[in-house]
Amino acid sequence: MRFHSINFEDMITQCLFWLLTFLAIAFAIMVVTTKNPVHSVLYLVLTFFTIAGHYVLLNAQFLAAVHIIVYAGAIMVLFLYVIMLLNLNKETEPHKGVWIKASATVASGLLLVVLVGSLKSVATVKTPVSFDSSIGLIGNLGKTLFSDFLLPFEVSSILLLSAMVGAVMLGKKSIK
Amino acid sequence: MSAIQIIPINYYLLLSTILFVIGVLGVLYRRNAIIIFMSIELMLNAINLLLVAFSSYLSDSKGQVFVFFIMAVAAAEVAVGLAILTVVNNNSKSTDINILNKLKW
Repeated sequence: MRFHSINFEDMITQCLFWLLTFLAIAFAIMVVTTKNPVHSVLYLVLTFFTIAGHYVLLNAQFLAAVHIIVYAGAIMVLFLYVIMLLNLNKETEPHKGVWIKASATVASGLLLVVLVGSLKSVATVKTPVSFDSSIGLIGNLGKTLFSDFLLPFEVSSILLLSAMVGAVMLGKKSIK
Repeated sequence: MSAIQIIPINYYLLLSTILFVIGVLGVLYRRNAIIIFMSIELMLNAINLLLVAFSSYLSDSKGQVFVFFIMAVAAAEVAVGLAILTVVNNNSKSTDINILNKLKW
C-alpha cells in the first residue's frame, strides 16, 4: 500500500466539507422547527449559502453564483415579501397536534432509513483519478446549454412566461 | 485540489438524502402553507446538490445545465404558488392548509 500523506490543502477541504455539511443540516432542521415564519425564511437563506459553498467545493463556481443570485436574492426575497405582506408572525402560526407531529417525524425517519439503506448498496461513481475542473465555468455551461439543451431552454422560457401570466392573473382583483 | 478527489460521492448522496428527508419532514410537520413551500424548495435543492455532485465526479457539464432548468421550474412554481397563497389569504384570512379542504373527497 502506497504511503499517502494528507497535505494541508486536503485537510482544509475536508474540514470545509464537514463544516458546510453540518451547517446545512442544522439550518435545514431550524427551517422546519422554528416557530416564526420570518426566522424560517432567514434560516433557509443560510441553508442556501451553505449549499452554494458545496457547489464551490465541487468546482461549480458559476452555478454557485447563480444559486446565490436566484435563490437567496430573488426567491427568498419574494418569500419574505409575501410573509410581510400577509403579516404572518409567531402568534398567527397554526400548529398541528402532537400526534400528527410525532407521526410526521416517524414517517420521515422511516423514509430516511429506507433511502439510506437502498443507496448504501448501490454502485456509485468511483472517485475519479483525473477530472476536468473547467466544466463548471460559464463557457462550457453555455456551450452545453445552447447546443444539447437548446429546445428545453426555449421551452423553459415559455414556462416562465406562462408562470408570469398566471401570477398576474391571480393578482388581479377581478377578471373581466 | 477540490473536494472531488478527497470526498467520496457517497457522502454527497447521504447529505442530499438527509436534506431531502428534512424537506419531507417540513411538508408533513407544518400547517403553514408558506413553510410547506419552503420545504419544497429545500427538496429541490437537495436534488440540485446531487446533480452537481454527479456532474463534477463524471466531468460532464450536462448535470449542471439541468440544475438551471430546475431553478427555472422552482422560480415559476414559487411565483404562481405565492400568488395563489396571497389570494387564499385574502379570501380566508389564513394560510393554514386545513382551510383548503374544499377539494377533499
